[in-house]
This record gives sequence, structure tokens and C-alpha cells, in this order.
Amino acid sequence: MSGQIIATGRSAAGMPTGKLAVWMVIASEIPIFGGILASYLMHRIGHPDWAQMTAGLNVWIGTFNTALLVTSSLFAMLAHAAAERGNGPLAAARLRLAAYGGLVFLCIKAYEWYTKISHDHVPQTGTFYGYYFSATGLHAIHILAGVAILLAIAAQAEKGKHLGRVELIGIYWHFVDVVWFFLFHIFYIIR
Amino acid sequence: MASHSIAAHGHSDSHGHHDAHHEEHWFLKYCWSTDHKMIAKQYLITGLFMALIGGFFAYVFRWQLAFPNQPVPFFGVVTPASYNMMITQHGTIMIFFVAMPVLLAAFGNYLIPLMVGADDMVFPRLNRASYQVFLISSIILIWSFFVPGGGFGGAWTAYPPLSAGSQFNLTPSGSTLWVVAVAVEFVAFLMGGINFIVTAMNARAPGMKFEDVPMAVWMIVIASVMFMMSVGPLIAGSVMLIMDQNFGTHFFDPRTGGDPVLWQHLFWFFGHPEVYVVLLPALGFLAEILPVFSRKKLFGYRTLLYSSIGTACLSFFVWAHHQFISGIDPRMANVFAATTVLISIPIAEIMFVFIATLYRSSIQFTVPMLWALSFVAEFLVGGVTGIFLGASGADIHFHDTYFVLAHFHYTFFPIAIIGSFAGLTYWFPKMFGRHLNEGLGKLHFWITIISFNFIWMPLFFTGIMGDHRRIYSFTNFPDLMTPDRILLREISSVATAIMGVAQILFFANFFWSMYKGRKAEDNPYGANTLEWRCPSPPPHGNFAVMPTVYRGPYEYSHPDRESDFWPQDEPPAGQGSVQPEGAH
Repeated sequence: MSGQIIATGRSAAGMPTGKLAVWMVIASEIPIFGGILASYLMHRIGHPDWAQMTAGLNVWIGTFNTALLVTSSLFAMLAHAAAERGNGPLAAARLRLAAYGGLVFLCIKAYEWYTKISHDHVPQTGTFYGYYFSATGLHAIHILAGVAILLAIAAQAEKGKHLGRVELIGIYWHFVDVVWFFLFHIFYIIR
Repeated sequence: MASHSIAAHGHSDSHGHHDAHHEEHWFLKYCWSTDHKMIAKQYLITGLFMALIGGFFAYVFRWQLAFPNQPVPFFGVVTPASYNMMITQHGTIMIFFVAMPVLLAAFGNYLIPLMVGADDMVFPRLNRASYQVFLISSIILIWSFFVPGGGFGGAWTAYPPLSAGSQFNLTPSGSTLWVVAVAVEFVAFLMGGINFIVTAMNARAPGMKFEDVPMAVWMIVIASVMFMMSVGPLIAGSVMLIMDQNFGTHFFDPRTGGDPVLWQHLFWFFGHPEVYVVLLPALGFLAEILPVFSRKKLFGYRTLLYSSIGTACLSFFVWAHHQFISGIDPRMANVFAATTVLISIPIAEIMFVFIATLYRSSIQFTVPMLWALSFVAEFLVGGVTGIFLGASGADIHFHDTYFVLAHFHYTFFPIAIIGSFAGLTYWFPKMFGRHLNEGLGKLHFWITIISFNFIWMPLFFTGIMGDHRRIYSFTNFPDLMTPDRILLREISSVATAIMGVAQILFFANFFWSMYKGRKAEDNPYGANTLEWRCPSPPPHGNFAVMPTVYRGPYEYSHPDRESDFWPQDEPPAGQGSVQPEGAH
């Protein structure tokens, strides 16, 4: 239906419409994460005692998750390279690998949350955990959405359809990755 | 008025996929449409409906203030809780559910594809989803009035701890539904805004360069970018507030390490750019209306454009002027006082551009022109009184008095009401293919403008005399019950009622003209922009032949031409039209 719209096919700004829109989505997401992180940093500066609680986060798990997301992003990029050559099935396989990376990330995140909750470190016990759970939770929702879209686009790419979308989900997936870098540094590294 | 070549194209050419004769089911046509014009009308009607609710609330609490504790006609006795609920919802509705959907969403949807010469938005289904999400948020807001405990009454700024704990605000579900409604609405406008920006950037007609884009489109796009950049922290803040209300977190609770002032930062970091998000579209309408009805080129296209972009950038650095008495550092207050006064410079430039456009022109006092001119006059009062409040020292005296209310109603009324009426009366012939009644329109204009000044001018004075804005019944404050104050309050409240009744004129005119008004030509005003080059109302797909643009939008009374306007898509003399895009 939208394929018949002349407007969608135009690119007066010199960039395909879908790609431009993905960048706009990212531009609107940055202030959302930025708002949470800036609020947290403002609070963190006023609360040196929160250092104890950041020390309770497992840096090794965080590092492993970072490596996982970077690898997953790499597969998204390789999928784009395959799609550029018109190799739909290969792009689909690589997109699925990227999605599995996201799923493993979520499982590890769930384990981390479970250990926190089982020690009664829940959002209600202090503002630090409020920030920790809402920031990582918001990020996890983005990972979950990304995994769903990766798998959906992989199914299309398998049949050689909409290969241009492989690049678009890649851009989003890299963005989710970059957000995690900030979360990892701000929550796990800074003491 | 001269008629145009485009009329000859009519509805019936062989433009395959835009089959105007195909009859759709009414539900698909009116409720499930992806056509940007239908979505614009959905936003418009929803916004006007919400305006009736917000306006009625204003009438009820104004009446309570002038005639305390007496039954309000058509309502009854106002309890303190319902008073608080109504002032809160009046602010919420008028800004989020009237100004945003009408100025930004309705006109953005209607105008952007037409003015840039496209057949629709670039993402029509996303556009439909945007309206549906907005509709859901409106329903949630109205629903929140009827839940146990009633609607939220902690002011439209929802400062914690009042908004965060039901032991304080006494509206356990109402306050949560309020935040949910506002947050869901933001998602709707984010979807719509991305569509606006991408459409204006990518779907411009061939030949339309940046400086050929009509000001209304520029302004709506700048506003959408500002919205996109500022709303994120408040979306995050809304989620935090919902968790504080319902799940026992303490983001804004100072007893366990939270900070109530944080909410104020998050709210006003969005809230102040928001003022300009709704102001800029209204200024964009003025930039279209003033040149058309003064038959003169817009004075200083670039000045207007760069001033608007400057305003947009500066508006991100003024938010703390709402918090001068919230315990922020006085040194920080000085910085924000300086940026606040700075932002009046680009706004003053914009006003000068409008006045210079009018200078030595031949002005036609049509209804849209009257609204546009009154905008310039009334908004100036709001702008000038803002200087008093921007100075952090003076603000300590004026804070939370009726002076502040009068100030921002002199800015918001021109924006939300005058701007909407200007746009509606100007584009009505294009939207519905018929003219509004001119006499009725003028009567409505004069009653509304005169009563507006009678509502708010007295309140500047009661504010200076110390009337605090959060007082429900002045009878509890005997020293504020002096005869002069009572008289001023009564003038204001009676004027509110008169203005409310006068809106019957508008709605009668609107709905009567929609079906029975004089039929409108394609270009009744002799305007240049592309929306006037397609039929009134435009069919699905808008243009019979997709236009190519050759010049800017404001070439009126060009010395080399006999005709006093020069449509953007008219090929230059001696040059045939190029092969139109999309022709089969």
C-alpha cells in the first residue's frame, strides 16, 4: 500500500527515506536514555555512599555482556555486507546470529537481576537500585524489540525480500550497543 | 481572482492509483484512513472537542473565584478537590490535548505534504498509528476524571511529592492515569514528528530548495525537532513518577535519597521548549497569512528562519527560570535569567519581520488576517510582561501570582487559540471546499478578542496586588477580599463566560459552512504555495500532476508581472513544463 506513495520513494535530502527515519528514531531515543543517565549522574555526585552499591555489581558479567553485544553488532554488520552483495540467505543467517547474541545477553541480564532481587536489592530499597533497574530495564526492552525485528527481517531476507532493511536494523542494533557502553561505564566501572 | 491552469486537470485524469470514484466503507474512510488529510481532520476534531472540555473547566473555576462557594450555573457547587482537578486538567488539556494536536499534528499533517508537493506523508500507516495512539491517550485522560478519588489535581506541572504520593494528592488512580495519558501522548507525537521531519526533508517536490520551503512547513519541522530533542527526559521522568506512585520507588522522595527538584528539571527541560514547539507553528501560519493578505513579499525570509532556529536552540537553555524559587543556586538563576532575556531578541526579530511585511502593503482585513494581526498585538503583551518574570529578582515577587498567569495566557492564548483560528479560517476553504461565513467570522473574532483582554488585563493587576494562583476560595483570605479586587475578578470571570458563549458562533459557522457554505475555488486568495494548486478539497493523492517548483513561496506583487502573485510551480516564461513525476 505504502509502496504506491510517491512521497515515500523520494529522497530530496539525499538519503533513502527508511534510513533517514531510523536516524530520527535514534535521535529521539538519545534524550530518553540521556534523561535517565543525567538524572542518575546528578544524584550519584551527591551520594558518595552509592559507591558501595556500584561495587556490588559484577564487572565480569558486565564485561562479558559488552563483548557479547559487540560481537552481535559485528554479525549485524556482516549481514549488511552480505545483503549488499544480494546474498539473502547468508544475510539472514548472520542476522539470526546477531539476534541469538541479544537473547544470551538478556538471559545473563535476567540472572544478574535475579541475584540482585534475591539479596533484596530491589528498586524499592533505594534510589540507586531504582536507577539501576529502570536504566537496564529500558535497555533490555530495546534489546528485546531489536531481537524481534532482527528475526523478522531475517525471515524476509531469507526469501531475498527487503534486503535494504538489513542495514536499517543494523543501525538500530549498533545504537542499542552504544547505549550499553554508557550504561556499563556509568553503573559498573565508575566507582 | 484569477483561476489557474491546474483546475483544468480536474479529478478525472488517468492517475491510476488515486481512484477518486472508488467508494470506501465509511469506517475505512473516516476511522482507518492513511490519508494525511483525513488524519489531520481527526486530530483537528479531537483537539476541538478537548478544547470544549478545557474551556468549560476554565469557566467553572473562574466563576468560583469571582463568586466563591456559590453554585456555578450549569455545574453546581465547586469543591476544593474538583477545583484543583479542573485547574490541573485545564492546563493539561489546553497544552497537550489542544495546542499540540491542532497546531502541530492537525496542521502539520494537513500542510506538510501539500506544501512540499507530495501525495502523502512518507509513512502513512505510521501516521494513522500516531493518531490512534493519541486518541487512546485522550480517552485515558478523560477516563481519569471518573475513577475513584477523581482526576489528578496537583497542577499540570505535577510537582512531587504532591504528585508522587496518594497520601498527599488523594487521587490514587487519577494521578497515575494522568501521567500515563501524557506519556502515551508523547509517544504519539514522536511518531508523528518523525514522519513530519522525514517528509519535509525527503519528499519535497523536484526543484524545491531549502529556501523555497514555505515558512509554515519550516516552523512545524523545527518544532518537531525541538519536541523530539526535549521530550525524552520527561518520558523517562514520567516512567520514574509512575514507579514512585505505584511500585514504591523513591526517585523523587527526599526521605530516601531522591530529589523532588529533579522532576522540575526533567519537566521544564521539556516544558520550556514545549512553549516554542506550539509557538513556532502559529508563527508559521502568520508567515503564510500576512503576505497573502498584504499582497507583499514576506520581509526577510532568512531572518525569520534563522531567528526561529536561534529561538529553538536558546529555548533549551532557559528552563530553570521556572524554578527561581525552588531552591536552585542563585548563581545558576543568574545564568538562566540572562538566557531568558536573550531569547526575547530572536522573538522580537520575528515580530519585526511581521511588522515590516505589513509596512506599506495593501492590507485586506479578512477574517484570517484579523486573527493574524491580533496575534502580533496580543503576543507582544505576553512577550513584554515576560521580561519582568525573566529577571530572577522580580520573579521572586511575581512568582505564583495571577501576574504570571496573565503573562502566559497572553502568550498561550495567541498561540493556541488565535493561532488555531487563524490557521483554520485561512485553510478552511482548502480543507472542506467551502468558504466560512465572513460576517459571522468577524463577529466571532471581535467578541473573542475583546473578551480575552477583559479576562486577562484585570488579572495582571490582581496579581501585582498579591492574588496567589493556588487559592480556591478567596473568602478564606479576608485581606484579599477588598472591593477593588473582587470587581477585577468579576470582570474577568464574566468575560470568560462571554467568550465561552461566543464560541457557539464559531462552531455554528464551522459546521454550517462545511456543508452549506459558498463553494471555494482552488485558489481563492491568490496565494503562491502549492496547496492552493490542487482542487479544494484535494482528492486522495492531492495533485493531479505532481508539481515542480521554480521559486520561493512569497513572490507577491512582483514588479515584472501583471498578476500580483506568482505560484511556486508556474514554469518561468519561455520554459515548457518538464515531464511531471508520477505521470503514467
